[in-house]
Amino acid sequence: MRRFEPIIERALLACALLSIGTTAGIIVVLAVETVAFLREVSAVEFLFGTEWTPLFATPRFGVLPLVAGTVLVSLIALIVALPTGLLSAIYLSEYADARVRRVVKPVLEILAGVPTVVYGYFALLFVTPLLQRVVPGLAGFNALGPGIVMGIMILPLVSSLSEDAMQAVPRGLREGSYALGATRMQTSVRVVVPAAFSGITAACILAASRAVGETMIVAIAAGQQPRLTWNPLVPIETMTAYIVQVSLGDTPQGTLEYRTIFAVGMLLFVGTFLLNLASAWLRARFREEYT
Amino acid sequence: MRVAGRGAAARHLLDRGFQALALLVLCLALAALAVLLFDVWTDGAPRLSLDFLTSYPSRRPEDAGIWHALTGSVSVILLTALLAVPIGVAAAIYLEEYGGRSLAARVVEINIANLAAVPSIIYGLLGLGLFVRALQMGRSVLAGASTLALLVLPVIILATREALRAVPPSIREGSYALGATKWQTVWYQVLPMAMPGILTGTILALSRAIGETAPLITIGALTFVAFAPDGIWSPFTVLPIQIFNWVSRPQPAFQVNAAAAIVVLLVLLLAMNAAAIWLRDRYQKRLS
Repeated sequence: MRRFEPIIERALLACALLSIGTTAGIIVVLAVETVAFLREVSAVEFLFGTEWTPLFATPRFGVLPLVAGTVLVSLIALIVALPTGLLSAIYLSEYADARVRRVVKPVLEILAGVPTVVYGYFALLFVTPLLQRVVPGLAGFNALGPGIVMGIMILPLVSSLSEDAMQAVPRGLREGSYALGATRMQTSVRVVVPAAFSGITAACILAASRAVGETMIVAIAAGQQPRLTWNPLVPIETMTAYIVQVSLGDTPQGTLEYRTIFAVGMLLFVGTFLLNLASAWLRARFREEYT
Repeated sequence: MRVAGRGAAARHLLDRGFQALALLVLCLALAALAVLLFDVWTDGAPRLSLDFLTSYPSRRPEDAGIWHALTGSVSVILLTALLAVPIGVAAAIYLEEYGGRSLAARVVEINIANLAAVPSIIYGLLGLGLFVRALQMGRSVLAGASTLALLVLPVIILATREALRAVPPSIREGSYALGATKWQTVWYQVLPMAMPGILTGTILALSRAIGETAPLITIGALTFVAFAPDGIWSPFTVLPIQIFNWVSRPQPAFQVNAAAAIVVLLVLLLAMNAAAIWLRDRYQKRLS
């Protein structure tokens, strides 16, 4: 029996290393096709060009319109999710009693568990028609509707991680504040939130990363027209939606068009990776402050 | 004193206002969930019937069904579980019981936390480059399940580690004291105790995978398949892709079909989550 112990340990280690292999696989697959892409299109044109028309007879490969679309929708989502998520977190952490918290938290988590294709349906067929009644000139495909719905989707992430950060703030700080005669609002806003600031920022950055990488909501409801605009009322296209658009067609391997989705994917991966890294760094710093 | 008193009253009024605002925002978030469910239900429920569940897709919306997509989803998820659960549990056992504070374990740990935050569509590109093209699996059930397995692996590992950590060290020490080896201890003592926790985490991870659309579209899963999958090499479609396909069509009748398919998908998710919660409750009772 003891003979097998080292073999078993090595087999288990191999399984654990598979996760490293996954990361390596992602980087290799993206890098190989991106390098092949950059051999035909200059990096300067790709990163700074303002026209994205890879399917036209005279193709242009400037990725900025896709980046702008992604940033626009994500910003709208964050404008919706950050204030509401933070207020929800303050209520749950500082005002609500344990019973309310026990019921509300799982219900909020249901919001995070709804498949994104369902949110896409909701954005296209419920929220956008509703908005069209009050916002004149809102197109059927636009950045506003999916942005708002994406905000609803990432709200539980903001609120649950921010609440965790607030709960980690030592009781003594709150009690000191109450002892000085502060109300709960003053304690929340001036003591607890500043004390949990790096944890809350980490939550917000993670939410931003989720918004940037979100695919189905924008693929369904934001349109397929890459354009460099800050106007949330017209159809746009995000990086993720472009990858879906090309994947739906039957694109032969080895063509420039096939490689564009890997180049765009590489940009998306690097962008979200930097956001995740910043979030993890802030979380680690926050943990240091209170342990 | 009077000035201070008036200040206090104002501050408490402000506090009340703030509390009301925060509560209102929280209720709005919950209301959004209610509106979403209500909207989907009123759109889709009238279309639900046994025929809808057991029919194949059709150009005429009133004849179309989801049998192909439902069987596709179930096959892909079962195969995903088959691939991801043994590997994920083994990796978690290594990190929790063997690795300790070694450098390899720490690197793997950071890496897993990072992988869990990579957008799902990136896994789709990995699946396309690795499974579909390099390993020649084509657009098969196997390629789809392999892609989703990599996607849920970090979640399964994290959940399993938590379940293993909940097993008290005294159990392990007792086993060692009786002369058991490390692996015997893990296999006969720790794993059985952690099993309900592992199952709960796994079901939750798989319920996330069953709603995934983007990675499967990216590897080229078809949006129109007129048959149920008949093996791991068979082309396939899944429920979320069928929903996406119907939502993207201009005819309202197809969008009604999409809503009905969403109801089916949500019921499936609800059943999986209920199973997970039931398991967790049973487990908690046994420990206390």
